[in-house]
Amino acid sequence: MVKTPGLIKLMVFMLCLLPLGLLVYAGFQNNLTADPIEEILHRTGIWTLRFLLITLAMTPLKILTGSAHFIRNRRQLGLFTFFYASLHLITYVWLDLGLAWSHFFEDVLERPYITVGMLAWSLMLPMAFTSNKAMIKKLGKQWKRLHQTVYVVLGLGCLHFIWLVKSDLTEPLIYTGIGLSLLIFRIAHFYHGKRSTNQRPTNQKKAG
Amino acid sequence: MKFKNTHKDNEITDESVYKSRRKLLQAGLIGSAGILSSTSSLALTLPKPKHNAKFVIDELTTEKDATTYNNFYEFGLSKSAPSEKAGTMQTEPWTVDIGGLCAQQGPVDLEKLTTNFQLEERVYRMRCVEAWSMVIPWMGFKLADLVKFCKPLSSAKYVYFETLHDPKQMPRQNGGSIPWPYREGLRMDEAMNELTLMVVGMYGKKLPNQNGAPLRLIVPWKYGFKGIKSIVKIKFLDRQPVNSWQAIAANEYGFYANVNPNVDHPRWSQATERRITGGFSLFNSRIKTQMFNGYGDYVADMYKGMDLARYF
Repeated sequence: MVKTPGLIKLMVFMLCLLPLGLLVYAGFQNNLTADPIEEILHRTGIWTLRFLLITLAMTPLKILTGSAHFIRNRRQLGLFTFFYASLHLITYVWLDLGLAWSHFFEDVLERPYITVGMLAWSLMLPMAFTSNKAMIKKLGKQWKRLHQTVYVVLGLGCLHFIWLVKSDLTEPLIYTGIGLSLLIFRIAHFYHGKRSTNQRPTNQKKAG
Repeated sequence: MKFKNTHKDNEITDESVYKSRRKLLQAGLIGSAGILSSTSSLALTLPKPKHNAKFVIDELTTEKDATTYNNFYEFGLSKSAPSEKAGTMQTEPWTVDIGGLCAQQGPVDLEKLTTNFQLEERVYRMRCVEAWSMVIPWMGFKLADLVKFCKPLSSAKYVYFETLHDPKQMPRQNGGSIPWPYREGLRMDEAMNELTLMVVGMYGKKLPNQNGAPLRLIVPWKYGFKGIKSIVKIKFLDRQPVNSWQAIAANEYGFYANVNPNVDHPRWSQATERRITGGFSLFNSRIKTQMFNGYGDYVADMYKGMDLARYF
């Protein structure tokens, strides 16, 4: 297994497509509730948030286990986060709004939960485009700073979820809690690394 | 739209009759309900009729969708929870406790109400505050009939309703977030309006538990949450009651809750809605929401001079 990182990557790739596969399958089975657009919006949205948290868990898992596999798969997990976020956005603009752009712009300007959702997607865009090796090399130290905006995206994503639920905040708060724990872990580890003379893991540069 | 008195609730109609009737509705042949006792195959062979916009009602939502996708928080927060969990609720016998500012006091058997008052079938649009909508054939009696039966005093200005509170049968009532029991209210003129229905059936059958059996309110020009389900108590008040959603979030949900595309929910737009019809609907994008859900001719007068952005 250790010698076949390519195989693991492929398996992760297939797993990441599973939520989409199940969605399409449910669609063909006419099993997307009475309001399929709402269901697709919900499923793509929730999987965006899940993939975001999974992506953000990779570095802590590397730190805790010492296994490089987590870092090797981080990029494609991040890209899948962006993929599901884009499906979510397309569902909203195309299926739900029927490409009524005036309605779209009004929503973005006037509905805070849509404003932050749109902002989160927009912030993912530069990260997605700079996720290849050439860009990592080219941007150097700036790359890391750019990709730290992922935590801003996380905050906006959680806010998006909190602001759209009608009454029960349990589910969005669970996701927010997990996200916050991951952030606290990174901050704690950062300061811990600074205090001890050990060098911090240089995983950021090896990403991909 | 006109409402014809039709049948008693023991007459059963299967969905095929509705399907053929739906074609008539789409053709603009009939106004709303009221052909359950007649056969419809003959009518379909007639020459294509002239389009009469006044009597066209939208395509019916399928019975399956209307009975498996709805909110009834007493059974859970998801849209599927009511149909999954409400099946065992006991609805017979059922009494409604009447009280407050009226002459008729105390419990009344539901059966007495359904036999005393003329049942009607009516096809109404149903607009949820969450911006989706359905078109449903309801069966019930006019709330106005019940109000007259209760003989309200002149001091009675509002009618107040309560849902059954029984956490053993309604599991979500063990949980927080909503002060149970669910409560609703109407102004007296709204209660007396000819559109306001006390519903005991839908799609020609007895009301399924998940849709609020055995007795629920339908106020078609208001958001769906005004349609309180499984009613056990009715009171006449001189003051405006606080309805449940107003108690939960007064800045987002008001007492009136009239469907109004010009007054948005603080967090989302009410200008459009997703119409649930059944069948393949992946490419059915939003349709425009109508003022008073399209029932302005019947109800707009009641709100003349009122600032509907303030009294939302």
